[in-house]
Amino acid sequence: SREGGYGLGRAALPEEIAAWDIDIRPDGQGLPVGSGDVWTGEELYVTLCSSCHGDFGEAVGRWPMLSGGFGTLDAEDPVKTVGSYWPYISTVWDYVHRAMPYGAAQTLTDDEVYAITAYLLYLNNVVDDDFELSNETFAEVALTNEGGFFMDDRDDVEIPEFSQEPCMSDCAENIEITMRAAVLDVTPETEEETVEQAAVTEEDAPEAPAGPDP
Amino acid sequence: MSEDREFSSSRRRFLGGAAVATGALATGKLVHAQAASPDPLITELQPWQQYLGDGVDARPYGMPSQYEAHVVRRNVEWLTADTVSSVNFTPLHEMEGIITPNGLAFERHHSGIAEIDPGLHRLMINGLVDKPLVFTMEDLMRFPRENRTYFLECAANTGMEWRGAQLNGCQFTHGMIHNVVYTGVPLRLLLEEAGVKTSAAWVLPEGADASAMTRSIPLDKALDDCLVATHMNGERLRPEQGYPIRLVVPGWEGNMWVKWLRRIEVGDQPWHHREETSKYTDLLEDGNARRFTWVMDAKSVITNPSPQAPITHGPGPTVITGVAWSGRGTIPRVDVSLDGGMNWHVARMSGPSLDKSMHRFYYEFDWDGAPLLLQSRAHDSTGYVQPTKEMLRQLRGENSIYHNNGIQTWAIDETGRAENVEVG
Repeated sequence: SREGGYGLGRAALPEEIAAWDIDIRPDGQGLPVGSGDVWTGEELYVTLCSSCHGDFGEAVGRWPMLSGGFGTLDAEDPVKTVGSYWPYISTVWDYVHRAMPYGAAQTLTDDEVYAITAYLLYLNNVVDDDFELSNETFAEVALTNEGGFFMDDRDDVEIPEFSQEPCMSDCAENIEITMRAAVLDVTPETEEETVEQAAVTEEDAPEAPAGPDP
Repeated sequence: MSEDREFSSSRRRFLGGAAVATGALATGKLVHAQAASPDPLITELQPWQQYLGDGVDARPYGMPSQYEAHVVRRNVEWLTADTVSSVNFTPLHEMEGIITPNGLAFERHHSGIAEIDPGLHRLMINGLVDKPLVFTMEDLMRFPRENRTYFLECAANTGMEWRGAQLNGCQFTHGMIHNVVYTGVPLRLLLEEAGVKTSAAWVLPEGADASAMTRSIPLDKALDDCLVATHMNGERLRPEQGYPIRLVVPGWEGNMWVKWLRRIEVGDQPWHHREETSKYTDLLEDGNARRFTWVMDAKSVITNPSPQAPITHGPGPTVITGVAWSGRGTIPRVDVSLDGGMNWHVARMSGPSLDKSMHRFYYEFDWDGAPLLLQSRAHDSTGYVQPTKEMLRQLRGENSIYHNNGIQTWAIDETGRAENVEVG
């Protein structure tokens, strides 16, 4: 780096920062003044959100579930929703405001985001149906899984165990195949094959392959 | 370099008569095949030997041979709800060396590819700084630049394999990765230009696309080796890789490498945004989840043979090759097993060994036509050894989605066909 910098760029104007600096933190930093209640949120949600996320946050098809799944995080098939998994309501406000509705991002007013967030809290049994979320009531509500996260501990828990000198010969008594991908048969074929097999593949569609779930 | 050492020692062996006798001759593989009749590809004139080809003006931006048309990124339809917030896969089984061609580098978008005129793009730095700044792309090109080769691996790479063998091909099991040469401005220089306040501890990069991707990154990392990249493999970034600028976060999960970068906020706390709470947190068996699992651990995969690239030549000399990488350093060594991890052989590394970059390894052997269970095991420069999937499951369960760096097994049958399997 150069002493005194390079003198490149120009000062950002307050209006420019206000236009782009939309992020919200768990402590409420960044929240604009505004409010919205559960019932206003329901109307907006049914119009703008339910076609993908379902009337009650239960989701349509593979779109994300927004409600339910309580008590499933240690189950074989955890259901991770705003209510069951998300730690902070600030994230709901921030994400709905910055990126939703999908395909029409940043079209919601601040009050609309408060209302939709209030409705999502209601769907997840966090608030009653007469609740109004605002920059002032924001601090009164907390999500149940706030304490469910901890800082990456691989350095302590995994690195020592995985930094041992490994076995090089006669490492096991017996080694057998325990699982085969071809049995599941969910891998895309080449284009020609896909067309030929389309009918078959649809019928034999895999039950529920596990994906990264974006 | 170890490659040179290996080469000179094998040359010495070759020159010594005893080594020849105990090597190739002993296995009888020096008996070359005899053609029954002359090969018309040799005895008859071929069109390309007689007629003129395209001129130098026919291909201003060249494409691969038509015979390589199958070497493409591929989508797995059932993985995601649509193709816009989705991922595709680098064809690792068709590649050599360590550099991913730009047109084959996997894509991961959350709201599709933003198509941005660089003249209309701005980068803002604001928050806990002395002078909030706005840069144009022209401004950025006036800062000192660096060239670095890094892998970018999606945190979800191999995530579909947590519960067992699912997808049949290394493109699908390991192809959410690319490795390119980035040219960019150290993020440190841009932050210093704005003047970071002493209370600052975190930065929040944000994308200009409709997902407005944000991640909290500790200031130490931002000041250490992060780049604001303008170029990949010598040309401007591809639109799908964040044109005109993306963040480069060496060794760390791909989600943090914010594309179409438009803003960097400096703060004193992490933001806990959607991509570091709902997503990119790793659920363990007891229902608690790791957050901020940034580093990608040492990992490797055999790319040939593999399910999409079977052995077609029958018994005899056979080349096993693959790639290895670590977010914590270089890869000095890879072990290869032919019998599912019962016995291991030290592979031969070939090509550059760069920090937080892909490495290429080879293991050559005479295949006798018997079934094989192929595995590779990466060692990184910190002494970390790539674990088995079972070792990872013991510690994490099966629901953490991200950061699956377990050892991959390919079962090769007598015909040379390869399948993704688990062994135990």
